[in-house]
Amino acid sequence: MSNIVAKTGNEAMAEAMRQINPDVVAAYPISPATEIVQIFSTFVSGGKVDTIFVPTESEHSAISACIGAAAAGARVMTSTSSQGLALMHEILFIASGLRLPIVMCEVNRALSAPINIHCDHSDTMASRDAGWIQIFSEDSQEAYDQTILAMKISEDLFIPVMVTTDGFIISHAMSRLEMYENIDVQNYIGEHKTPYNILDIDKPITVGSLVLQDYYMEIKRQQADAMMKAKEKIKELYVDFNKKMKKNYNVIEKYFMDDAEYAIVALGSTAGTARYLCEKLREKGERVGIVKPRVFRPFFATEIVEILENVKGIAVLDRSDMMSSSGGHLFNEIKSAFYRNNRQPAMRNYIYGLGGRDITVGDIEDMLKDIKNFAISKEKTPDIKYITVREQEKK
Amino acid sequence: MKKSWEDLDIALIVKKGGTAQDFKTGDWRSSKPIWNSEKCKQCLICWLFCPDSSIEVKDGKMTGIDYEHCKGCGICAKECPFKAIEMEVERK
Repeated sequence: MSNIVAKTGNEAMAEAMRQINPDVVAAYPISPATEIVQIFSTFVSGGKVDTIFVPTESEHSAISACIGAAAAGARVMTSTSSQGLALMHEILFIASGLRLPIVMCEVNRALSAPINIHCDHSDTMASRDAGWIQIFSEDSQEAYDQTILAMKISEDLFIPVMVTTDGFIISHAMSRLEMYENIDVQNYIGEHKTPYNILDIDKPITVGSLVLQDYYMEIKRQQADAMMKAKEKIKELYVDFNKKMKKNYNVIEKYFMDDAEYAIVALGSTAGTARYLCEKLREKGERVGIVKPRVFRPFFATEIVEILENVKGIAVLDRSDMMSSSGGHLFNEIKSAFYRNNRQPAMRNYIYGLGGRDITVGDIEDMLKDIKNFAISKEKTPDIKYITVREQEKK
Repeated sequence: MKKSWEDLDIALIVKKGGTAQDFKTGDWRSSKPIWNSEKCKQCLICWLFCPDSSIEVKDGKMTGIDYEHCKGCGICAKECPFKAIEMEVERK
């Protein structure tokens, strides 16, 4: 059974949290994620959930409280965005290093300066090396489903997971949402699993002891191994979710890729805009396809190369810049993934939409023309391009 | 033998209490106190001053030095009124 409702991305994530019914939620409000915990707090005060809600004085404290609660065997969730995620930064590594299952609803927003509250992926990408699993969502439905799935992933693998939506574009836009019955969500996520419990007085343990030259590397090697093994497990859990919840998700979504000559790779909401264009172009007989990685950490390098290796040109869209002079985050991952591959399609990076700058169907259409020219051109032109930005007219 | 990464507990959780005894810190030492029992008058000043409880005492008498925990600070040698403890360079 499912109910069809109209919900924004934030409402959808709050509903997923309600149905998960975590033991502890610790959070601090920040645009555009504020509503998630604000709505959730009404579930707490209204008695819809059994959660202990901890309003903290900062995001640093919020994630710290989550760690304490998770180490004490609680099912834990939080939510944040942008500067909030940046303020959590040092603690993110502690959550993953201690192998604690925590699910965070994260709304992608630009980082200061200049201060800006709108969508880009700078915040999430700045946390990509923190040892968390990172999942991107295209719309409210994906945000809702993947939040529920994330709880299962996190507790099965003992790796914290952040599920992201795009600030305002998804978080505040209302769309059709198919919700499960509470009991179906509870049955799906099942009994809470925890790696250890500091409050088990019969089995006293030490968590977070000082580990120096003699053991630190072994523990990090162990953590790296967990992330490598997580790839197969995450795939299995997507299949399991589809079966139980009657959905059709996977770690990387392919759209019209079987015979595509040109491919657009995009994360989150932009994939939807690209899909609309793709359908129009397919009607005209243009062989264009879309690739949308849902899971960015761990990175499914082999899988993405398999999907993309037979095209003539790949346009990689990045809503974040590494400021390294070598392009965006997704581009760098895909470029590295292709290093030992025999087939090397032309690949260009398009950095777009920073600070919530709109990306239109027209922008993507122009980009497709550009990648076609880039792929056939004998000239060596830069492989990084900034689009949706005002530039001086070329004389 | 220290365990390999595959054999260690998840996130190196210490699964029992009172494990400080098992943590051997003597290998930090760069110089080593040598106890001369013939010069020793059993005043136990060294035991009193040792910041790491590394002077071994049995039935009220000094019996030796716990080299698994002694860090070679040299306080015992400095404080000993009878020069019964002398420091020498650690050879490893």
